[in-house]
Amino acid sequence: MTRATLAVRHELIGLFGVVERNAYLVKRYAVWELTWFVWTVANTLTIVFIAKGVEAAGGSLDVKQTTTVLLIGAVIWSYLGILFEILTQTVGWERWEGTIEYTFMAPLSRVVHLLGMGLFAVVYGLIRTVLLFFVVASFFTLDLSKADFWAAFVVLVIASISFLGVGVMTAVFPLISPEKGTQLGFIAQGMLLVVSGVYYSVSVLPDWMQVLAKFSPATYALRGIRHAILDGASVSDLWGDIWPLLVIGVVAIPLGFAIFHRGEIYAKRHGLLKRSG
Amino acid sequence: MSAVEVHNLRKEFGRGGVWRNRKRALALNGVGFEVARGECVSILGRNGSGKSTLVRALSTLILPDGGDVRIFGYDVVKDAAAVRRVVNRVSVEASFFKKMSPVENLSYAARFYGLGLRETRERIPEILDRVGFPQSRRDSRMETLSRGTQQKVALARALLTSPVLLLLDEPTTGLDPRSKLEVQAFIEQIREAHDTTILLCTHDMREAEILSERIGILEQGRLLQLAPVDELLSHYGADTVEEVFLAATGHTVEDDWDETETEGLEVKS
Repeated sequence: MTRATLAVRHELIGLFGVVERNAYLVKRYAVWELTWFVWTVANTLTIVFIAKGVEAAGGSLDVKQTTTVLLIGAVIWSYLGILFEILTQTVGWERWEGTIEYTFMAPLSRVVHLLGMGLFAVVYGLIRTVLLFFVVASFFTLDLSKADFWAAFVVLVIASISFLGVGVMTAVFPLISPEKGTQLGFIAQGMLLVVSGVYYSVSVLPDWMQVLAKFSPATYALRGIRHAILDGASVSDLWGDIWPLLVIGVVAIPLGFAIFHRGEIYAKRHGLLKRSG
Repeated sequence: MSAVEVHNLRKEFGRGGVWRNRKRALALNGVGFEVARGECVSILGRNGSGKSTLVRALSTLILPDGGDVRIFGYDVVKDAAAVRRVVNRVSVEASFFKKMSPVENLSYAARFYGLGLRETRERIPEILDRVGFPQSRRDSRMETLSRGTQQKVALARALLTSPVLLLLDEPTTGLDPRSKLEVQAFIEQIREAHDTTILLCTHDMREAEILSERIGILEQGRLLQLAPVDELLSHYGADTVEEVFLAATGHTVEDDWDETETEGLEVKS
């Protein structure tokens, strides 16, 4: 094997190692995983029942359609939560376990390390999101006869590229602030979704928030998935939402790595790459 | 070429206060030494003397503020990736994913060093056998193992990656006497079998004396001495390493470091 082939092999083994480790952890925390899923279902239901609640209070709305709109918003909120949490764990969990120094001194490039975390987050997140959608949908009588689930899935996978970029940016927070960094990840998730029309149309937002919505990948993900599920739009019909996601992804991924790299340098300069921070 | 070359290494950290009142404390102040390939050197120092900062600098986890550190000729800042391929460490905390088993933890660590499925399947049982780890506990969670047993797995983890430089940061602190002896015996085995260069940071004088060719004394970020034990004893007219340490620093190694001792070293930012 040439030197370059060996280096690529080494990085791929490392990538597999990150995914493998996370799979071990899911297995070891299986009961907690189940508990968390039940909580997510309950939390999602509290939002999705709002449509029926408004009708019961005398409001006039298309309950089935509004329920589906809310369901998609809540499911995407949950998906983003999983991605950001796992990426934030790149530092947070390792610091808590005390393994951070071993991981950060290992001869694996940080880009591959973060890609491994991202790959696991996307696969795990997609499985949970699909499960969550159908479990919560089973509580309601929804009209999904026109839904193109494949197109919705494709939009979610493409959106994941941009989400990963943003997630890697948030993963830097625990690196530079061991005490409060993890919470900042949740703030970023909320800020992203509030301008993206998570439970409402972007058109109801103030003008300045609508400008911000144009830069949020969640805007296009939510719109595209809703269009696919409610109106049966195909992948080609959704190109108008897919291309902005690709553009944001192409910018967000390298930007995320660059920000994390700067954060790692800061942490090394200030002695923060250690168990206690 | 030396295994480790450290010249005028300097590292300071912010401490206390915020903004203008924040002070800078020197953790390492002009440290310089060399370690030959295959040699074992111990650095003795009290808590807070700068031992862990030194280990972190050598393992690319902190950026020095000044000076120069080379591992087998590679600069720890400019050639960090090359340094990481040849260095591993064992620290005072065994540091594992506590819910995962020893085998799972070792597999994960091995992947980061490019060891594939087949290699780890062969090497992990072999290394666990060498450290005397019982077969029946290999799938137990790390959190159920004693500290001494966890530390053996930590040594196995370091050995799995075939490091040419092994950094040991108080590897036996807090272990019971029997576990301490077992870990020390294993460190000696590693040296004999692999020609590994070892830098041992400890405050256990006896351990330093048994395991190393030379002993250094680190105090308030300064390396006061680095010499073979007999030279240290004759230089200070002492009978024991404890007496050498007391004569060189004015403290016993067990004395806790006091912040006021470094006031002269602080630099207001």
